[in-house]
Amino acid sequence: MKTNKIPWGLTIFLLPIILWLFLLIVLPQIDMLVMSFRAENDAGNLIWSISNYKTFFFEHIYWRTFARTAIYSIIVTFLTFVVTMPVAFYITKVASMRFKGFLSIIILMPFWVSELVRVYGWMILLRESGVINHFLVKLGILQKPFEMLYNDATMIMGLVYTSMLFMVVPLISVLEGLDDSLIEAAHDLGANAVTIFFRIIIPHATPGIVSGSIVVFMLTLGNYLTPNLIGGKNSLWFTEQIYNQFIASFNWNLGSAFGFMLLGLSSLIIWAGLRLSKQHLSKVVQ
Amino acid sequence: MIRSLPKTRTYSITFSLYMTLYFIFLFAPLVITCILAFNNSDFPSLPWKGFSLDWFTGDTATRTGIFHDQINLDSIMVSFKVGFFVAIFSTVVGTMGAFLFEQEEFRFKQALFFLMLTPLVIPGVILGISILLFTNNLGLFFEDRLGLDIGLLRPGFWLVVLGQFSFISTIVVLIVSARLKKFDHSLEEAAMNLGANRFQVIWNITLRYLKPAIIGSLAVSFLMSFENFNTTLFLVGSEATLPVNLYLQVRDGSTPVINAISFLLIVGTSILAVINLTLSNKKE
Repeated sequence: MKTNKIPWGLTIFLLPIILWLFLLIVLPQIDMLVMSFRAENDAGNLIWSISNYKTFFFEHIYWRTFARTAIYSIIVTFLTFVVTMPVAFYITKVASMRFKGFLSIIILMPFWVSELVRVYGWMILLRESGVINHFLVKLGILQKPFEMLYNDATMIMGLVYTSMLFMVVPLISVLEGLDDSLIEAAHDLGANAVTIFFRIIIPHATPGIVSGSIVVFMLTLGNYLTPNLIGGKNSLWFTEQIYNQFIASFNWNLGSAFGFMLLGLSSLIIWAGLRLSKQHLSKVVQ
Repeated sequence: MIRSLPKTRTYSITFSLYMTLYFIFLFAPLVITCILAFNNSDFPSLPWKGFSLDWFTGDTATRTGIFHDQINLDSIMVSFKVGFFVAIFSTVVGTMGAFLFEQEEFRFKQALFFLMLTPLVIPGVILGISILLFTNNLGLFFEDRLGLDIGLLRPGFWLVVLGQFSFISTIVVLIVSARLKKFDHSLEEAAMNLGANRFQVIWNITLRYLKPAIIGSLAVSFLMSFENFNTTLFLVGSEATLPVNLYLQVRDGSTPVINAISFLLIVGTSILAVINLTLSNKKE
């Protein structure tokens, strides 16, 4: 096809890509792995050691925060799916054709705005002196305002809110591809809504559900802002532990071990998700 | 059930109600943030005390509006500068990546492509700390062995740019590749038959064709850079970007100045998003 291909054309394109991927991705990750196996001995010298991982597994606070973060991320991923599935279905199958384009644009708008602004919006809505409390007291539903922030339920709500975009977009695109006549046929043959949902819609939407879930899970696991700002003191998130080790305690070796555990967990879940659904990474991210 | 099928009244009403609630849920925090930016009050909360522009233009000791708030203005400036460089670097390297993966053949191409996708599945916090570790160790190495003190390797402006560049480039590769895939290669072949060399072809034909994708990449990478928090948090030096600066203020209590900044951000990003959408609709 390309007859007069010049070999240095390849080099010019290849060089920056290699530099980018090796200097900013591969080598830093290897460095982090190496750092996580180094620790100070009694004499204060750096030696090879697995003590950082020992600390992680034997100090309950770290291990529990890790498990909690993982479980909550799974809950958030599931809830995000439950909340956005009807929305995607409505936009692709129920809304009138004229309304459809408008809805699918407007639904993306809030996510162009910084996550920090969105979390801040929830803070001024929900806090003790917040807007919702103001209305509830004024309407006489509440005697006096109460703090709605800084608990696990609010934190999960915030995480779901932040993640919705990454679920709704793949769902809309798979449901676009679902031929209406399949649903019509099932309906004509007497299937009810529940059967249609579980036998036709869900199987067809599986690729979208998997790619949405992978992205949502990964972003929730690595989220720092939402748990930190509206999750309160008892809702420790694992990224906060990493931050504390790096910035507050300045124990970079332990922090690296934590970082590697988080990276390992997120890679494991992504790998499992891809295997279960028999998909390839390059298709999921696009 | 769907458009073409009969549906019960309850079904339609429930569904419409759900969608209404969803949109309220979606927009409530943004709308309320914008409204409270104009409240004539010292706190970002109700009751409504009248309309005021104090949190934009005020210049008194108790109410310093955003246009006179030097710390916030500085951080906005830093974010603009970071966004500018990240957009340029990511778009250039990302476009080269798209050419590499779409038009070249070489050994280990699949492996390299897979590696190129990984920044998207590495949590941003991990990207941040690993680059921090690596540049710090590299800096120590240069200092110990060669006696060189390289400021570039310490947390600061350029490290933030590098950290954001490391994953935003991947997104550019995907955006540009998507358009390059639809490119009609007979145009290139025709130009080559007429005696153009490879780079003349790329410059005069392929890049002209890719223009919408490249402009889109510039806009998307600028926005992503402007908003990034997770990776940036670990790499900032003394010059905080806007999200990091806002985070520190929100964490330690808030004034309506934050609402004013949020209002400007919401308006700004919406305009950019609308421009981007109309441009990409035009090309369809």
